[in-house]
Amino acid sequence: MIRFEGVTKRYADASGTDEEQGSVAVDDLTLEAPTGKITVLVGPSGCGKTTTLRMVNRMITPTSGTISIDGRDTASLDVAELRRGIGYVIQHAGLFPHRTVLDNVTTVPRLLGTDKKTARTRAMELIERVGLDPAMAKRYPAQLSGGQQQRVGVARALAADPPVMLMDEPFSAVDPVVREQLQNEFLRLQSELGKTILCVTHDIDEAVKLGDQVAVLRVGGVLAQLDSPAKLLADPVDDFVAEFVGRDRGYRALSFAAAPELSLADEPTVRLGAGADEVRAVGTPWVLCVGDAGEPLGWVRAAAVESEVTRTLLHRGGTVASTSGSLRALLDAALSSPSGRGVVADGDGRLVGTIRAAEVIPAIEARRDAAPAEGATAR
Amino acid sequence: MTFSQVWAWFTDPANWQGTDGVPSRVLEHLLYTGLTLLIALVIAVPLGAWVGHSGRMRWLVTGANAARAVPTLGLLFAVSMFVGPLIKSDLAFVIPSIAVLVLLAIPPLLSGTYAGIDSVEPAARDAARGMGMTGWQVLAKVEAPCALPLFLSGLRSATLQVIATATIAASVSLGGLGRYLIDGLASRDYVQMICGSILVAVLALIADGVLALLEKRAVSPGISGRATRVARSRARHHDAPSDPDSAGADRPETDPRQAALVGPGSTGPAEATAATGTPSERDRT
Repeated sequence: MIRFEGVTKRYADASGTDEEQGSVAVDDLTLEAPTGKITVLVGPSGCGKTTTLRMVNRMITPTSGTISIDGRDTASLDVAELRRGIGYVIQHAGLFPHRTVLDNVTTVPRLLGTDKKTARTRAMELIERVGLDPAMAKRYPAQLSGGQQQRVGVARALAADPPVMLMDEPFSAVDPVVREQLQNEFLRLQSELGKTILCVTHDIDEAVKLGDQVAVLRVGGVLAQLDSPAKLLADPVDDFVAEFVGRDRGYRALSFAAAPELSLADEPTVRLGAGADEVRAVGTPWVLCVGDAGEPLGWVRAAAVESEVTRTLLHRGGTVASTSGSLRALLDAALSSPSGRGVVADGDGRLVGTIRAAEVIPAIEARRDAAPAEGATAR
Repeated sequence: MTFSQVWAWFTDPANWQGTDGVPSRVLEHLLYTGLTLLIALVIAVPLGAWVGHSGRMRWLVTGANAARAVPTLGLLFAVSMFVGPLIKSDLAFVIPSIAVLVLLAIPPLLSGTYAGIDSVEPAARDAARGMGMTGWQVLAKVEAPCALPLFLSGLRSATLQVIATATIAASVSLGGLGRYLIDGLASRDYVQMICGSILVAVLALIADGVLALLEKRAVSPGISGRATRVARSRARHHDAPSDPDSAGADRPETDPRQAALVGPGSTGPAEATAATGTPSERDRT
């Protein structure tokens, strides 16, 4: 557990050197990042989120207040020792360009005195664990893509198996597709490792996706709201948070609602290569095409099929919901489907059936009716 | 004054023997150069590393670079006149000569060291500190290896300049390869002057070659770009072109005097690769 108690950071103004009179970056922050959970600090530029994070490993010294990790005041510890016990992941990974991937990952264990062989064995495990090809271990950072570098950054932070991790905009320097992939794998990793994580982002969507709890900071370093992502979306505490959390809150909040058991409609399907007659025999304007394992490939417009169903004819716009997914994914599958029938697959990706938006809505309504007080009574 | 005269000079055994023979002159020349570089390194490297590491007193580097404008020969005479009466031995000439040469060697070493340390990616430095390296460990394990290419290009530049300029020691009655130039001029023996110039040029080229080899061995492939070049060329199945990002980092100003003495040797560290450092954003709020 990381605990902030009345932590304030003032910076000396350009004119004077007196820190007491300077501008406030973090103002009287009291916050707890619970053990084994991800706490995300989010806010606009100038809200002091990075300063807050960097005060934990004393890259920045607080002006007043105390920060403790598992009950121990960080100010009382040797600074190098403190930092070696905290995983640190930063925006551009910050890999050492002159060291191979393997030697980057072994950095902290080597600082702690672990012998080279043990450190390397452990590093190889981690390199695979973060989803990198073991052959990459011998490469240099300059030979890796941004996403791969960030994976190495995570592996390096995990190398000494620290109970606490600090992550400063860990996924913001990569493109959206890679970012989503990294986020998913990070969540999978965290579900196995259960680290106490404090993470900074400016992206509310990332905060909501990663955080077990989200702390929204406003400019001047004041904590505006600390809540679970679902609560944050459902019930922003004031206009600032509401605006920061952004549009489509009602829709996005559905991400946190597990899809209930809904009766799905059976969907007639065709295979790739099916003839035009077979497609038209189905009798609907849009026909679902599946692969050999029964996985949905895409919708095909019956009228467009001249001789047979080819990949180029497939409509790719529709999303696929999972039976174990959220109401949001279910609704989105229905809304994005050209036929109006949302495709639902099981855990192995095989088609289970389809559902219409009109059938998802009652489930959403039912959920609200089941918990009517939650949104209204808070604070 | 033809090629055959030069050839005759070089093949005359008399020119390769005794205290004014080529081997002993080369040795003297190397001695001045080595001593100069040693003193300059001791002064410039810690200073440059500190300025680069702390970001303080950058004006030192600018100031040292401005000092390059001081004419070396004039300074040598000035210092000799000043020091000469104080000391009654050969040191009266050695000290001013070495001092002037050290002054010449410091700017490229200082700016090379500073630029090298300064070019270390802020993220790498931040990560190093954040992972629990002490200030010295950051310097030794991260900053120094990353700074190596720019430092070595400064060293090459300093070496070339010192080898070329150490000829001036002869003008205050000391030895070295400059003797052939001064004595040749005095006796209008232009063949001897040409041969002396050739020797200086060859010595400079050899020294630069040795340092280039050292650079190849010492700099991590992750920084020199060799690793990425190999990967690229593998991907393309042919030799990759030279790194387009490389830039001459610490090119010495062309000094006509040196150009005349050294010729092709004075091209400077054309292969120096400059890491592009982005301005640090250390204390984001």
